[in-house]
Amino acid sequence: MKINYKLTLIILFFGLASYVNSPVFSQGLNSSELIKDAKKYDGKLITYAGEVIGDVMLRGEFAWVNINDGDNALGVWMSASLAKEIKFTGNYKSRGDNLEIVGVFHRACLEHGGDLDIHAQALRKLGNGRIVNQRLNQDKKNLSLILFGALFLIWILILFRRK
Amino acid sequence: MILKPRLEDLKIIGFYLGKIILGLAFTMAIPILSGLCFRELNPALDFLISIEISVFFGLLLIKVCHTEKDLNWMQGMIVVSLSWIVVMFLGAIPLYLSGHWKSFLDACFDAMSGFATTGLILVQDLDHLSYTHNLWRHLIMFLGGQGIVVIALSFFVRGFSGALKMYVGEARDEKILPNVVHTSRFIWLVSFVYLALGTIALGVTGIFNGMKPLNSFFHGACIFMAAFDTGGFSPQSQNILYYHSMAYEVITIMIMVLGALNFKLHYHLWAGNRREIYRNIETSTLFVTIIATFSIVAVGLTQIGSYPSAVALFRKGFYQLISGHTGTGFQTVYAQQFIVDWNHLALVGVILAMALGGAVCSTTGAIKILRIGIIFKALKEDLKRIIMPERAVVIEKFHHIKEIFLEDKLVRGALTITLAYIILYGLGALVGMFYGHPFLNALFESTSAAANVGLSCGITNVTMPVALKLTYIIQMWAGRLEFMSVFTILGFLIAIIKGK
Repeated sequence: MKINYKLTLIILFFGLASYVNSPVFSQGLNSSELIKDAKKYDGKLITYAGEVIGDVMLRGEFAWVNINDGDNALGVWMSASLAKEIKFTGNYKSRGDNLEIVGVFHRACLEHGGDLDIHAQALRKLGNGRIVNQRLNQDKKNLSLILFGALFLIWILILFRRK
Repeated sequence: MILKPRLEDLKIIGFYLGKIILGLAFTMAIPILSGLCFRELNPALDFLISIEISVFFGLLLIKVCHTEKDLNWMQGMIVVSLSWIVVMFLGAIPLYLSGHWKSFLDACFDAMSGFATTGLILVQDLDHLSYTHNLWRHLIMFLGGQGIVVIALSFFVRGFSGALKMYVGEARDEKILPNVVHTSRFIWLVSFVYLALGTIALGVTGIFNGMKPLNSFFHGACIFMAAFDTGGFSPQSQNILYYHSMAYEVITIMIMVLGALNFKLHYHLWAGNRREIYRNIETSTLFVTIIATFSIVAVGLTQIGSYPSAVALFRKGFYQLISGHTGTGFQTVYAQQFIVDWNHLALVGVILAMALGGAVCSTTGAIKILRIGIIFKALKEDLKRIIMPERAVVIEKFHHIKEIFLEDKLVRGALTITLAYIILYGLGALVGMFYGHPFLNALFESTSAAANVGLSCGITNVTMPVALKLTYIIQMWAGRLEFMSVFTILGFLIAIIKGK
């Protein structure tokens, strides 16, 4: 029983030491900070949030998800099970889910050919995506009709001049 | 004494300009069809409005300036240089109407960047741009890469003798076939065959990468157009980094290199003359310059240990290098990484590669490797003259489809264009430095714009000063047309003001 107590203390010590060495930037970092100070955050556990854009690209048991925070989009490597949480991805017709990622940041990931990426460990959905209803823009419709009329008039005038 | 241009000159220029505008309007029907297929009605309306405006001006010019006369050299050159400015304005209309560009100038910047196959962008929120507008962004690269006049020659002009003047004015000084209209059609044939093959290759790779089939093939077509025409646009804001795929990067490298080769070389390869690829001065010079510039980049990146593995060095160092050398501008790093992760030596390697460019009669910009090859041959000839006895006759030849004697006229032409490009790179860098950017960053961005590359170290963004945006637009235009047409239009403007 005494031995187990010692072992627990040792594990706690090393656990705390490794925690101090790789702090979690729990306040969240934006993409510009991560790109600009990539060396500072390299290998550290960080928090990053933004909208999922494009495709969720499944690669075996993992997936690539690109998350845009408004400045840049960063690639996030996550397990396929985490990626299943994503329901909407951003494109012209929809807004993607807003996610908060906790993961290890890499300035030049050796596993992924030097990509600047984040290996996600946890994911939290901050907001659900949605389909964006595109209503016909009446101003554009009217302008195109007016221009069509002007073109028709020119065509008539050309015909008239020819005769 | 400078002669003032006659009304007849203006009418001829206006008439052919009108034809080219109608040609552009015709191509805008493609995004409309795409908009209807993807049920993107507002984007389709943007293109309907743009077509109507283009047809209006095109018809007006054709009718007001109607003439039966053919173009002379001066008029042909002016039609070409003016048509590139006019299509920039007209091509920017649908972009601006989308609401993704903050000002019409920004839309013009991206339109010129597209037509000139540069790849620098000011678009906002690209990840939410419609398929329709994205198709147009890449289509203008495809059209601009082949040459706007080439489109007119291929589809709207029936063998008039002025065709050659416009063809040459668009920086294509080599005919593949005896007739320029047939040459233009061959350029289109090559482009369409590769478009089909490239789209299939990239589309299938995209599916294996986990993309949805429709998106995958759409991206495949867009990326092919941007790669073969050495443009560099991409449907997503991360550019090629979006795909996180080495296979995708290798395929795009192959397409970029194909786009950087001379269409005349493509013709000979298609005709079964495979030895030409080893013998041609352009391919051998390209090989040497790629090795030389990559060595500089590799040493630079290794010095600071940016990419510790060979694979990373290939996917980051070699990829940006080949993208810069072929004038494409695809990136697998973020713009700011050039500044924070790359040292000066590596940046100089990329700047040199961008400044050199690809083959003549290809879709690349910059000085071009035929001229570099000729200059080195001339240097070799001069060295031989110094070493050999005075009475010795020194004759230098080079192989470019056929054996060609190195004449002073050729060397002078190559040196003149090289000097003009160096001045253009330098002037853009000066403007960049005027706005507070460090020398190397300013030179990097300026070379990228003038050589129609599109790699960016972050200077090009929506907040940059208007004067810098205008500088880069002018650089992209002058760099694409290789100066002759630009000098002619300047002379024409002087003649209008000062002529008698």
